[in-house]
Amino acid sequence: MKNFAFLSNGILKRNAKASGIFLLIIFLVACNKPAKDLSKENLTDLNKTYPSQTGGTLIDAMTGEPSGLISMIAGESASSAISSNIFNKLLKYDKNLDLEGELAENWQISTDQKTITFKLKPNLKWADGKPLTSEDVLWTWRTVIDQKTGSPYASDYQLVKNAEAPDPLTFSVTYEQAFAPALDSWAGLQVLPKHLLEGQDLHTTAFARNPVGSNYYKLDSWSHGEVIKLSRNPTSVLGQAKIDHLVSRIIPDSSAQFLELMADNIDSMGLDPIKYARIIPARPELQRKLALYKELGNSYTYLGFNLKHKPFDDVRVRKAINYAIDKQEIIDGVYLGLGINIASPYKPGTRWSNPNLEPYPYDPAKAKTLLKESGFVTNSNGILERDGKPLSFEIVTNQNKEREKSAVLIQRRLKAVGIDVKIRAIEWASFISRFIKTGDFDVVLLGWGLGLDPDQYNIWHSSQQAPGQFNFIGYNNPTVDKLLEQGRLELNPEKRMKIYHDFARILLDDSPIVYLSAGYGLTAIHKRVKGIDNPAPPAGLGWNSETWYIPEPLRRNEVSEN
Amino acid sequence: MLNYLIKRVLWMVPLLIGISLISFFIMHLAPGDITNNEAAFNPKTSEESRQKLRELYNLDKPVIVQYGLWMKRMVTLDFGNSFASHHKPVFWQTTDKDGNVTKGMIQEALPITLIINVLGLVITLVLAIPLGIIAARRYGLWQDKSITLFNFIGFSIPGFWLSLLLMYWLGVMNNWLPISGLHSINYESLGTWGKIKDSISHLFLPVVIPSVTGLAGITLFVKNGMLDVFHQDYITTARAKGLSEHKVVYTHALRNALLPLITIVGLSIPGLIGGSVIAETIFAIPGMGKLFYDAVMMRDFPVIMGILTIGSALTLIGNLIADIAYAWADPRVRRGVMRE
Amino acid sequence: MNKNLFLNVLSNPLSKAGFIIIVAVFLLAMFAPLIAPYDPDDINVKAILLAPSGQHWMGTDGLGRDVLSRMLHGGRISLLVGLVAVGISTAIGILLGAVAGYYRGWVDTFIMRLVDIMLSIPSFFLILAVIAFLTPSIVNVMIVIGLTSWMGVTRLVRAEFLSLHGREFVMASRTLGANDARLIFTHLLPNSLTPIIVSSVLGVAGAVLMESGLSFLGLGVQAPQASWGNILSDGKDYIQFAWWLSLFPGLAILITVLGYNLLGEGLRDALDPRSGKNK
Repeated sequence: MKNFAFLSNGILKRNAKASGIFLLIIFLVACNKPAKDLSKENLTDLNKTYPSQTGGTLIDAMTGEPSGLISMIAGESASSAISSNIFNKLLKYDKNLDLEGELAENWQISTDQKTITFKLKPNLKWADGKPLTSEDVLWTWRTVIDQKTGSPYASDYQLVKNAEAPDPLTFSVTYEQAFAPALDSWAGLQVLPKHLLEGQDLHTTAFARNPVGSNYYKLDSWSHGEVIKLSRNPTSVLGQAKIDHLVSRIIPDSSAQFLELMADNIDSMGLDPIKYARIIPARPELQRKLALYKELGNSYTYLGFNLKHKPFDDVRVRKAINYAIDKQEIIDGVYLGLGINIASPYKPGTRWSNPNLEPYPYDPAKAKTLLKESGFVTNSNGILERDGKPLSFEIVTNQNKEREKSAVLIQRRLKAVGIDVKIRAIEWASFISRFIKTGDFDVVLLGWGLGLDPDQYNIWHSSQQAPGQFNFIGYNNPTVDKLLEQGRLELNPEKRMKIYHDFARILLDDSPIVYLSAGYGLTAIHKRVKGIDNPAPPAGLGWNSETWYIPEPLRRNEVSEN
Repeated sequence: MLNYLIKRVLWMVPLLIGISLISFFIMHLAPGDITNNEAAFNPKTSEESRQKLRELYNLDKPVIVQYGLWMKRMVTLDFGNSFASHHKPVFWQTTDKDGNVTKGMIQEALPITLIINVLGLVITLVLAIPLGIIAARRYGLWQDKSITLFNFIGFSIPGFWLSLLLMYWLGVMNNWLPISGLHSINYESLGTWGKIKDSISHLFLPVVIPSVTGLAGITLFVKNGMLDVFHQDYITTARAKGLSEHKVVYTHALRNALLPLITIVGLSIPGLIGGSVIAETIFAIPGMGKLFYDAVMMRDFPVIMGILTIGSALTLIGNLIADIAYAWADPRVRRGVMRE
Repeated sequence: MNKNLFLNVLSNPLSKAGFIIIVAVFLLAMFAPLIAPYDPDDINVKAILLAPSGQHWMGTDGLGRDVLSRMLHGGRISLLVGLVAVGISTAIGILLGAVAGYYRGWVDTFIMRLVDIMLSIPSFFLILAVIAFLTPSIVNVMIVIGLTSWMGVTRLVRAEFLSLHGREFVMASRTLGANDARLIFTHLLPNSLTPIIVSSVLGVAGAVLMESGLSFLGLGVQAPQASWGNILSDGKDYIQFAWWLSLFPGLAILITVLGYNLLGEGLRDALDPRSGKNK
């Protein structure tokens, strides 16, 4: 059937209809200049200095959405990232990680070291105008320790034997025993408004999606799954922030985030080492508008042995593995040099980190000797064997690109001394319940994100080995137990420091874990945001974020919201 | 007809129960629950508190009991509250004693997914029908071959790859389209026309890419359908009668060829509801696909069950409607010749 | 019949192209260990993200591994996943379809209701949920894709069996004393073969696409194992800068899937007596 009437009306009509619609859509779209019309800033202006001023909008991106904004029950980082802008705590850390008052003007510790009395600043107000008093602090404490609230963070606050609010500006707590990490815990509890939450079930209250706080910002709108907008709180207890609006867009995919950063639709983004060290520096157009920041985080990655499984109960085997791994190679290869080889479980440069300890060097020969001493011989496959059992195990880790890469490097190095390693990367929830809680693992590759207080009782004390607790590797050392207990009671910083230095030394000797590296947090922030301290002080990049500002010539064109 | 309908509707109930049973038990095979999330691994938290949480959510009871509890609420269409998203109702909004309305999660996500997928389906049909006709009429010629090739490529290309490439080309290199999300930052302040334009530009890629990739199946179907019909005697008769080619193709052939298309559309309804997890993740669209993915990762059982159940229910209803539409459209069926 | 079929298929240039592609990809995958210039797991931290060059025809990835070698080995994995998954779904489909079509009655009703249930649950959701719950691994991916794609084959086989049921040779065999299994395997199945083959070929295409999608979400083949899907997903952040990590695996998936689709459709056209080829 050959039809030579090619251009009959029918075809044209049908085609025209379809193509017409399509063209119309393309036309509409192309003619629609993106609603956020970027001011075509003269790029050299980005480097000028501008005086501090108020106004502007800072847009960043989050991969996940907060489950709610009441931080004592919401666990994830997305939640605290937002709620920390809305609420205040009694204390906070200053630039050099020393404690200073936030809601509290000052505080006193009694001579028996068991009572702390906080004096609040006068005339504090909530964003709705009501006064913020010690009643709110007392109520918050009662709520966090309440069984019904079910806060995962209750344990530190439950150690308070008695709390009082004798007058609106005074709040005092008394502990059973001197509790050194106490002040740190008060720098972590976000104070909630009693007048809005009393009688409500924290788990179902609408407050979690519509909070009223006292800090620099208040919630403007929360469009689920899309964007959370905060705006400056005029009655903030700490004074005024400079930037008018904080917008957090929810963009789950990292490649989409990066594209948005390149298109100037977001102002800041957390980076992985490759973007930070290889990609952005290589593109002049990105270098021109983005400033790169790195700050040493309070976390480290490690290889953890299940001390209840053979042969990891043998310290020589653990040390051998420690010698056999080239940590610098991991830092250079996976983190592109953006990490530090550590020897104690603390952030390098802080007083808690023992400066006299040296990390295990890369020494495969020594590793082999130690293994030989432990009774291993090489079998026909080139793998070490003892009593007929080959030295072969599985490293389990979660789905984190850097950890997976580190595992691969470790696998290679261990193979070179005769150890056969398999790698398994698992999604987080399965990982925790299937392997960690059950204790059914040989070796894990994980990280610890630490608080600012040096107390690590929960991780290393022998009493913390029940399923679900954090000493899942099964470490049991009575000397360390004692040190950890003492550390919690000792309020004198010098003496405390000595305790934790000893602790780190014993830990290094025992090698229950292999420290892999302390990592840097890497961020790119658009140059329009001024006032950022670089290099970042010990407290981190965002310590003074309320003083950051966006000069008017550099702002995006924004149509006013109201 | 009525009997048929009643039978179909009645069958839906055991089907739904079967679906919910399967979903529930699959879910509980999984290790882990909501208490194993990110917060769980913070050394400042405690196991007792997690245990308390588990009791709160009835996660410590045997699976059968949990299923029973769930069914009991289901009867009143109460799908419960999300474990992860701070007790947002899974399905429909709730109003608390102060008059605060909290919207339901599916209530918010479903319209978005439906709009995107229905638009996509419409675009697919609008393009596929003419293309299929051309391919059928020019069978064996270069038009047919090129349309077929183009379709195959669309059908074989990994969607997320295409999405990223286009996002980059259209969003970054040329700034013609926004990259992700549903609305621009200043959406609220735009006029009505501005809002429409803004939505179209945000939805352009998420709608067009899946529809282009889905194009092939339908184009081929139309083409084969038309080819079949062309062979029928009544077409030869029509031509012999001297009808113009236009009339032959459009008035007679097309109608008959399109009939099975209704069935095909019916079959793609699960796709409409299921949405695309990948597309929604890449384009940051808060639809059903993304909701489901997040719920699975967080072991948010109420949400998982809610989506599977509602999604399947909608699919069954959709199929029913498609069958009714087919029965109505096909005069042979309408006049009482039942098919089962 | 088979020889004619073969020639028929090959005369169509599109399905000819599909066939060539499939054979080429298969050979490359099979001989990957011999052809690959480097060990795909060979990390070289000094050679991270190098552009394609004489030494690395497809460049290197984030750990300095040669992309070409990873592509070749990854092809093996991706194909393996596709073939095994389809094998599983076809096996299940044949089994259930045969039983439903042969025994009919309530067995048939039960199986068809099962098919309805499976078809009503949006399949990607089901796959997602099951993989996430079972821990992602190659084996689980194969099983899950297999377990969620058998419905089409079941219907096909059942339809064939139902239509053949009343034929004389069936009754003749019965009278001669053939038992059920013999009937099914030696007589009924071979006649149903043609739609099964078409469905399988197209199924491989779908499975390869599915694996790449799952890898994109982090639920597919796990590191350090290479597959096209996870090479693509590793490189997605660097589309502009390390374009080779996005281009090559994407093209590979596209071409392979295209090949299977072309061949599958070509087979369907050639085998379908109603096709408009005879004009």
